[in-house]
Amino acid sequence: MENTQVREAVMNIIADIALDEDVTQIKDDLALRDQLDLDSMDFLDIVMELKKRHKIEVPQEDYPKLATMESCVDYLGPKFH
Amino acid sequence: MPSQLSRIVITGVGLTAPNGNNLSEFRQALLQNKSGIKHKDIRHMGKVAAGFCNFDETKHQSRKARRRGTRVGATSIYCANESLLDSNIELSMVDKSKIGIYLGITEHGNVETENEVHLLYQNDLNTSFWSHHHNPRTVSNNPAGEVSLNLKITGPAYTIGAACAAGNMGLIHACQMLRLHEVDIALAGGVSESTETFGIFAAFGAQGALGEHSNPELATRPLDIDRSGIVVSEGGAIFTLERLEDALKRNAKIYGEIIGYHVNSDASDFVLPNSERQKQCINATLKKAHLEADDIDIVNLHATGTVQGDIQECQAVRETFNLNPGSNTHINFTKGLIGHAMGAAGALELAGNLPSFEDNFVHPTGYLNHIDEKCVLKNLVGKTKVQKEVDTILNNSFGMLGINSSLIVQKYRK
Repeated sequence: MENTQVREAVMNIIADIALDEDVTQIKDDLALRDQLDLDSMDFLDIVMELKKRHKIEVPQEDYPKLATMESCVDYLGPKFH
Repeated sequence: MPSQLSRIVITGVGLTAPNGNNLSEFRQALLQNKSGIKHKDIRHMGKVAAGFCNFDETKHQSRKARRRGTRVGATSIYCANESLLDSNIELSMVDKSKIGIYLGITEHGNVETENEVHLLYQNDLNTSFWSHHHNPRTVSNNPAGEVSLNLKITGPAYTIGAACAAGNMGLIHACQMLRLHEVDIALAGGVSESTETFGIFAAFGAQGALGEHSNPELATRPLDIDRSGIVVSEGGAIFTLERLEDALKRNAKIYGEIIGYHVNSDASDFVLPNSERQKQCINATLKKAHLEADDIDIVNLHATGTVQGDIQECQAVRETFNLNPGSNTHINFTKGLIGHAMGAAGALELAGNLPSFEDNFVHPTGYLNHIDEKCVLKNLVGKTKVQKEVDTILNNSFGMLGINSSLIVQKYRK
């Protein structure tokens, strides 16, 4: 899957979680938590949605790799087939 | 603690019912004998008659907060905010650590648990799909806790589990906490999300107590010989309560004063009611209010539409209120129009009658056509509202495992 498609998939998940925010303005190199009102429960939601929608497992030790959109795409890209 | 008990008054009302999303809409629907019961498909059950509310879930909370919380949390947040707005209390001007949130619930957690189990079976029983939201959504204090988070209220916030007596219990507990000066303001009442579960419908069905009819508005007809059982509803009613002196100080609108209550237990059966204990509960309430039966203008029955429930309660009420042939106590019930709102029932039904103090009507009861001869009561209100001056209302709410509660509200007098 192309990086743009991975980004879109992640964006769709975040949009369904940060329901009151404009996710189109996300800056890829900034921490998601610094741009959006996201807490640890929200990150668990992102992990759960990756599993439900894309059958991607993110082990707990890899959670820091979901910090920015850029790191999400880098980390998740190879996991999307 | 003061040696004399403080007088407790109602200064705000917020509610959602199957036929109204505020007190005025609800009252008008009741006076017009307008039902809120409809047919809807419920998972595993198919089409059932039920009472659903259509309030704006995100009027007082963000979409994200709604997603994280529960249906009953949304109901509670809506009702609590509407109640506070109605009371004209400005939260920034009061000590939020002295506000108590006391919400009666029949049950809690079934909705989320059913949803999670449903997903579990869709995912080959793989428990890693079980949501991390399950615990905060299913803890018993969830509805009150969501209100506390929403309004940033730091006083005590919890629920009171009392089956279908719970709505009254929220108010009773609030009176006690106000009189103890544990809090200065209470947001109290009852809430329910029961229509979101198939289990409650299936269980009443298994018990032979689920109300059914091709016309959903006829699916529950308490006291009618043709009744078929309970119609499950959701809803909520949260009152703002204060000590009288505080309400007067800020020149608040006073809906009424809670002048008596009582709670007791049948200690006789899991589900079957006990007329004698209900009568004791009603009489103890009258005694605490320093009133005689004839002093009561309206008795609002619990009246769920089950054969035993109706007959036992009517016996208790008849033996208490029909002894004097000259009695002018009128009897009504609300479930014929909104179904059984479970934890919200007692609070909603009290709210439905509260405007009687101002409009001087006793609201009608739905579709009572052929009264069960064992439920005959003097001055029972049928399909048409009755005009009369109303000063006192006695509200009955009874629940499974034999919990009985009665509450008397009186028109405010100096």
